[in-house]
Amino acid sequence: MIGHQTLERLRPTIPFQAAMLALTVMLASAALSVADRVTRRPIAEAVAGDTRASLAQVLPPGSFDNDPAADVLNTSDGGIPVTVHVAHKGGVPTAVVLATSTRGYAGEIGLVVGISREQRVLGVRITHHSETPGLGDKIEIAKSDWVASFAGRHLSDPEPAKWAVRKDGGVFDQFAGATITPRAVVAAVKRGLALYRREHEQWFAVRKP
Amino acid sequence: MNTYRKILREGLWDNNMIASQLLAMCPAMAVTATATNGLGMGLATTAVLVASNTLVSSIRHLVPSSVRIPIFIVLIASLVTLVDLALNAWLHELYKVLGLFIALIVVNCGILGRAESFASRASVPRAAFDGLAMGIGFTLAMVAIGAVREIVGSGSLFAQAQLLLGPAFGFLELRLFDGGALLMVLPPGGFLVLGGLLAAKRALEGARRRKGAVVAQSA
Repeated sequence: MIGHQTLERLRPTIPFQAAMLALTVMLASAALSVADRVTRRPIAEAVAGDTRASLAQVLPPGSFDNDPAADVLNTSDGGIPVTVHVAHKGGVPTAVVLATSTRGYAGEIGLVVGISREQRVLGVRITHHSETPGLGDKIEIAKSDWVASFAGRHLSDPEPAKWAVRKDGGVFDQFAGATITPRAVVAAVKRGLALYRREHEQWFAVRKP
Repeated sequence: MNTYRKILREGLWDNNMIASQLLAMCPAMAVTATATNGLGMGLATTAVLVASNTLVSSIRHLVPSSVRIPIFIVLIASLVTLVDLALNAWLHELYKVLGLFIALIVVNCGILGRAESFASRASVPRAAFDGLAMGIGFTLAMVAIGAVREIVGSGSLFAQAQLLLGPAFGFLELRLFDGGALLMVLPPGGFLVLGGLLAAKRALEGARRRKGAVVAQSA
């Protein structure tokens, strides 16, 4: 080790200062790259677990025998990225789950929409949002069963003009004091159904097991 | 002078990070919509504070004063990133609750403040203890603000505590009434409650000082 006095003499010199700064940054980078390497797999597994859990909420149990979380296609709808998870049973596609997002009142709302081969909504869940607590956050299943009102809907049930919140002449409830949030979610689900109608043949053609 | 008792007193009350130094205002406003969030942020910050104080103190003889700030910032930012990665990997449920806030710890000027004003001048055990005391003081203030906002704003206390602390702590969760004043949950509530907290602390200290003066006079 360097003696105390040597250190006192070295400390005010520019090369020593530069060396210390460089050493600190090098050690910090080394620690971070080791940590990244160690945690990469557990983090990827945890995130995949999250996806699997949200998919399981919008797919009927027993309707698939593959891992839809791993069966992924990427597409986009009007510039918004959409991740398509295809559920298979016995090699036959049974349903898809679209993971997409929309703009709510206070930023992005992430949602998953399960759609059956009959082009009906199997279920809708919100994966993340930053809407107003107590008003717009009723889109969460934990706060309100509003998202359940989509189950069984079809692009023509209700008729296209009625695919809106009540305030806009549609059939879906809005929340007292919050219209923008449910309006965004209704539009996103409708867009998801339209996207399915346009593109599903292509999705099912891509992955023939 | 720097006895452990004094360090503890400074951290918890006399020099409390939020209520006296007025540092760490960003998490104090952003995270305290519920008492549980305040507690989680407080605990995560305490862990980083203890680690950063220890680290800074142990290299204090090597760090030239002219480059100390960038060195401290690199250390603190790396520590926070390590905590962030570790929580995401091994305590994923907790990470989903706290994840947004972890990155905010970097911009908590209270941590740099302690590195600069205490840890860079004190022995390692003292610096570590100071980190602990400051962290606990910070946590208490965060929980206090969060509790008031949560009770008035949403009529509950420690909602979702079991997500943070495990199912054994579900009993902490209280449901007092439905509804509540939304204002308190939104950002203005943070300012209102913080103002109230500061005023209450000043009033208490003022009353104590006056009492001390009266005693001194009559003696």
